[in-house]
Amino acid sequence: MIRNLLLGFSVLALADTAEADWALNMPKGVTELSLETYNLHMMVFWWCVAIGVAVFTVMIISLFRHRKSKGAQAATFSHSTTAEVIWTTIPVVILVLMAVPTAETMVRMEDSRNPDMTIVVTAHQWKWHYKYQDSNIEYYSSLARSSVEARRKGTDIDPYSVENYLLDVDNPVVVPSGAKIRLLFTSNDVIHAWWVKDLSIKKDAIPGIVNEAWFKTEQVGTYRGQCAELCGKDHGYMPIVVEVVEPEAYQAWVNSHDAGH
Amino acid sequence: MTRGIKKMTTEVMDAHDMHDDHSPAKGIKRWLFSTSHKDIGTMYLVLSLIMFFVGGAMAMIIRSELAIPGLQFVHPEFFNQMTTMHALIMVFGAVMPAFVGLANWMIPLMIGAPDMALPRMNNWSFWILPVAFGLLASTLFMPGGAPAGGWTMYPPLVLQTGDAFPFLIFSVHLLGLSSIMGAINIIVTVINMRAPDMSLLKMPMFVWTWLITAYLLIAVMPVFAGAVTMLLTDQFFGTSFFLAAGGGDPVMFQHIFWFFGHPEVYIMILPAFGVVSEIIPTFSRKPLFGHDSMVYAASCIAFLSFIVWAHHMFTVGMPLTSQLFFMFATMLIAVPTGVKIFNWVATMWRGSMTFETPMLFSLAFVFLFTIGGFSGLMLAIAPADIQYQDTYFVVAHFHYTLVPGSVFAIMAGTYYWLPKWTGHMYNETLGKVHFWTSTFFVNLTFFPMHFLGLAGMPRRIPDYSTQFADFNTMASVGAIGFGVSQLLFVWVLLTSKKGTKVTAEVWDKPPGLEWTVPSPAPYHTFETPPKLSDADGFH
Ligand SMILES: [Cu+2]
Ligand SMILES: [Cu+2]
Repeated sequence: MIRNLLLGFSVLALADTAEADWALNMPKGVTELSLETYNLHMMVFWWCVAIGVAVFTVMIISLFRHRKSKGAQAATFSHSTTAEVIWTTIPVVILVLMAVPTAETMVRMEDSRNPDMTIVVTAHQWKWHYKYQDSNIEYYSSLARSSVEARRKGTDIDPYSVENYLLDVDNPVVVPSGAKIRLLFTSNDVIHAWWVKDLSIKKDAIPGIVNEAWFKTEQVGTYRGQCAELCGKDHGYMPIVVEVVEPEAYQAWVNSHDAGH
Repeated sequence: MTRGIKKMTTEVMDAHDMHDDHSPAKGIKRWLFSTSHKDIGTMYLVLSLIMFFVGGAMAMIIRSELAIPGLQFVHPEFFNQMTTMHALIMVFGAVMPAFVGLANWMIPLMIGAPDMALPRMNNWSFWILPVAFGLLASTLFMPGGAPAGGWTMYPPLVLQTGDAFPFLIFSVHLLGLSSIMGAINIIVTVINMRAPDMSLLKMPMFVWTWLITAYLLIAVMPVFAGAVTMLLTDQFFGTSFFLAAGGGDPVMFQHIFWFFGHPEVYIMILPAFGVVSEIIPTFSRKPLFGHDSMVYAASCIAFLSFIVWAHHMFTVGMPLTSQLFFMFATMLIAVPTGVKIFNWVATMWRGSMTFETPMLFSLAFVFLFTIGGFSGLMLAIAPADIQYQDTYFVVAHFHYTLVPGSVFAIMAGTYYWLPKWTGHMYNETLGKVHFWTSTFFVNLTFFPMHFLGLAGMPRRIPDYSTQFADFNTMASVGAIGFGVSQLLFVWVLLTSKKGTKVTAEVWDKPPGLEWTVPSPAPYHTFETPPKLSDADGFH
């Protein structure tokens, strides 16, 4: 059991280096805040490792040394105020060390002032609707056809043969790099949650309530996510795809959209 | 010497009592009308074991479907029914009744009381349970199937449940009723029926943690009942507590639910703390370290559990100040929880340890519950929680606290007190095999789930992207191994009467009054209150 755990821990510790082929750890993501989140995650993780090593070392030493079969005689002590004060105080100090940087990140996360553009995301069972507030672009985004066919029970399509199985959509969200994008979330029916881990955004889309989140990234690319709040039978089948493109490409996309209407 | 005589007199008295009309009734009546804490305790434990297998069978369906990508066995609708029912049955059917069963059996024996204070209510609070689970299980055969909106019952989704909906609500009402009555009984018993020289701070830890748990139950079960009643009226009587279209607020349900739900977490773990606090001193042959600070720590945890509920809701869009409050309060719980763990380690330190099955399960509890505590601390960090929320990281976290946490403690307690109940030693070798297979497979099942969650797999999905395949297969293999290991547990229980006869003490000078009565514990015990000096472990 102990070896099991140590193995698990070292695997998670190594995850940092082996991230590319072994998805073991939280991704660093592509925004400042997703990186900060990752750093907080690792900070708390290492604190836990440190505390775990300390506690488990004492326990394991005790398990091996203080056993009856080795002739250990039981001591009779049953309390020590000094020890108890120490192991109450030290955790409090560690917690404060964790809490300060965390609070700083939270303040930045909530600061959605002065966005460059706003997209209203409306959740439906089981698809997303995107409306670009500054233009007249709006459309639904649902699971890509290739996955729709492969997801059926008893189908003979091998999920491995489908590219981005269950993580691809017909119409992705397209946004320009370098712009502060504000997202407003609401729902048409039940509660859903819009989650893209590389943007470190997970926000509930709730009927009757408008939630907001924001992101800004310089990194062009395609970022995938899924609905994260149980929303009925096809909860597992409403992925999210965000394409971050150069501003010129974004403008071209907007123009082509206008032309299409 | 005096102690020997004292014991003999109790035995003689008990033997005498067996002959008058207080001996157990025969056949089904003994169980149906039972007012004996021992019989009712046994019934609670048996029910819990059955429910553990029912909920376990559902887990097997879930893990089979998730073993490889693609949908092989069940439809998504049914998958959601399984995750929902698995949770409800394990929480309310397996874990909670098991601890009530242990409480019924052991609290009177530990405090030197002849029975529970309210024996007829005790009977009632048990027999409500099979009815409640009958109602709940019947929904599997209804049009629209069993509830599929998750055990958290968030509206508006839960209002889309078919005919099962009112049955879900009523069964929750019944479960709540049973819990409240059980809790009242435990509080009244502990407060009024202790042996005369047992002051509150001399009470064994199991009694203490259960007393605190009982207060938690009384505080939050009515709130839960209220919340589900509001769902019921929203569905059938035109109210709009949680319906945005009528001016209600779906998030309010989550606040009310988690005001119940977070203390509920401690309802399932505090008695577990109590069980291992009994076992570790026995097999370390050393008194529990810092008994009083353990009591204060448990009380602190109970208090804090009321002011942290919204850490389950960091993604619903709360104001920054609320998020900060709930984050700090949640982090604080690490302090008293740490005290508990440090005290257990300090109890082992310089002890003279042996590793019988109850001790093995307790040690695994300390190790693995701590892992669950660490992931809990990580989850408290709000920005990181935004990434973890509703992923397999959370599934890993709470299964670590519940399976190698609560369930291991229940098993530890069962092995520890089983010889007291049956008068025979269970098969120690098979017990150890059960322990090692359970521990190996529980880690194989739940450890990879941390990675799945971090890599981005949401919970409650019937199928997943191929990148998550390897760890899911590992988890499924582990789950099936864990399930099969539990058949061994049943075998050990069924054959336990074949073992050698045990003495009243069973173990090597275990602390507590329960070891002063003969094994098996006679039908009536402590008809005259015992003196603490009769037992080991009181100073
Ligand atoms: Cu969903
Ligand atoms: Cu909680």
